Amino acid sequence: MQDIRNRLGVFFAFSGPTLLWLILFFVVPLGIIWLYSFGENVSLTRIETTWTLDNYRRMLEPEIIELMRRSLWLAFVSTLVCLLVGFPMALVIATASHGAKPWLLLLIMLPFWTNLLIRTYALLNILGTRGRLNDLLGWLYERADQLLHLIGLGRLGLLGDQFTPLKLLGTQTGVIYGIVYVSLPFAILPIYSSLERMDKSLLEASMDLGASQWQTARHVLIPLALPGIMTAAIITFIPALGQFLTPDLLGRGQVDMIANVIERQFKRANDWPFGSAISLTLLYVTFILLALRSFNDAARSRRVAR
Amino acid sequence: MHRSTRLPISRRKFLAGAAAVGITFKLPKEAFGADGKVNFYNWYTYIGENTIEEFEQASGIEVQYDLFADNDELFAKLRGGNPGYDLIVPTNDYVERMIIADMLLPLDHSKIPNKKNIDPTFMDAAFDPARKFSLPYMWGTIGVGYRISALDEAPSSWNDLMNSDKYAGRIALMSEPTTVMQMALKAMGKSLNDFTDENIAAAEKMILDQKPNIVAFAPDNGQDLLLAGEVDLAMEWNGDILQAMDEDDDIGFVLPDEGGLLWEDTLCIPKGAPNVENAHALINYLLDAQVGADIADFVYYATPNAAARALMSEDYTGNPAIFPSAEATAKSEVSIYPGQEVTRKIDEAWTRIKAS
Repeated sequence: MQDIRNRLGVFFAFSGPTLLWLILFFVVPLGIIWLYSFGENVSLTRIETTWTLDNYRRMLEPEIIELMRRSLWLAFVSTLVCLLVGFPMALVIATASHGAKPWLLLLIMLPFWTNLLIRTYALLNILGTRGRLNDLLGWLYERADQLLHLIGLGRLGLLGDQFTPLKLLGTQTGVIYGIVYVSLPFAILPIYSSLERMDKSLLEASMDLGASQWQTARHVLIPLALPGIMTAAIITFIPALGQFLTPDLLGRGQVDMIANVIERQFKRANDWPFGSAISLTLLYVTFILLALRSFNDAARSRRVAR
Repeated sequence: MHRSTRLPISRRKFLAGAAAVGITFKLPKEAFGADGKVNFYNWYTYIGENTIEEFEQASGIEVQYDLFADNDELFAKLRGGNPGYDLIVPTNDYVERMIIADMLLPLDHSKIPNKKNIDPTFMDAAFDPARKFSLPYMWGTIGVGYRISALDEAPSSWNDLMNSDKYAGRIALMSEPTTVMQMALKAMGKSLNDFTDENIAAAEKMILDQKPNIVAFAPDNGQDLLLAGEVDLAMEWNGDILQAMDEDDDIGFVLPDEGGLLWEDTLCIPKGAPNVENAHALINYLLDAQVGADIADFVYYATPNAAARALMSEDYTGNPAIFPSAEATAKSEVSIYPGQEVTRKIDEAWTRIKAS
């Protein structure tokens, strides 16, 4: 077989459009942002690159560090929830019958057919203090209260004086809920594909050889699915880190993340150099995480080789 | 600055979206130098239904009418040089920017006799001293939208929203750093343009202390929170509350006693306009009493044209969301662009508020 890498003409013919696209619309704009991050505002509309480090120095202000810490924390928790919820679902899909599988996958894909903004507004409608979820809880409360009265326990006040609506919006919980809702399909799909490719007879072998279900899961299933889990974690974590719509709407401006600061620099504050510096710092954090993943992969393949 | 129309679906939001999808840089047809023409660049749904045709019939001047969705679009089109517009309608802070950037032509007041119809209070503007470059077209405020049945009385002070736990857990503020800081200055009885370091620090502390009592820093949807019953008081643009009042009779609008922020859309002639004479004629026509009344009747924003206002019905002149109380309006101020350095200080204070 001919190696495509040995044929430069073929290589460029096939990858040329993509390369051009990447250079024009990714590398060049990113380069401009990189230059801006060492720049200063000289007028309302002009930025001069003076190689100042001021914009990066401003990253060390305690409020920026706090927002960075909060963003990392919220992204971490959201990723964890996505993995815990997503793994069982991926397992269900991977082991479903041939008839059911496409339907289950369709259910996972379905949210992509609606714009993110519309889905977020729908969540606002559900999670609000006067939202559908609290409507339902309030209704359940009343039914339970009636039941207690019916059996003569009403006066004990077991349920408290009255129904207090859950406060979900404007809290970290609300933001995590929103991020998980958005990211869950991205977490399920890579785990599913790694489970799908797995040789199921290995699980049977493990059980036949006397391992319990728990031992099989821990020593066979999860290690084999690990590449998918890692991909799911990264693909969930990175976009979660850059969320600004969710904190704005579901967080009600009370649980801002670092991307909200970036957005403001490019709009109201009109401070593109500082906005560029934060954006790039976020990019570096992402690179470090990806690098950690590659090291991890390399270490594992060495282990396997031994 | 932004506005919304009275329509149930905010056209501003729709247009902003449309503009983001396909930004067109269409030149007015046969823009340059043509006699008997004028190129008018205005906001969407921001003129009387027949105003343009009536002007054409009365003057014999042909109007090329183009629309923009927000000030940023207007500014972006003119930044690289005037593509041929004769008359534009920027909001006060953009008038200021355009004056700084030398983008506007001084008006010849002798060619605009209808200037006499304008309420004299508008003829002295800090953003354009002696109204050298601009004349007022429409104006409005930022005040408080509230649910009438939920409160014993209408809120009367910005302190109710910004410096008190009286309405804890029922308040939405805007998510515009400058505007919220400005209203905090108003609550302290100071000018909303008085952004000294001390005042910024005091405003920061006030908002920080108030944060636990606030439900939301609403990104342009305070009126929705009000309609949904999630809050009972919301700092908002009068236009947005006007829209909510259309949908729900239980919503009211008030300008607190300390006054609020005034915005003003103005008529300006950009530098490089090919038909300066005709532009003056059109400005003069728009400031006519009956024409002004027809426009006000359709767009339903407050007119600065006193003669036009005198012709309007009680429905319009008596609407507190259009014309707040005279005392509160007198204490209201137009925002002055504070410069990049102060903007940065405000933004840093805002980040500290949000990080806490």
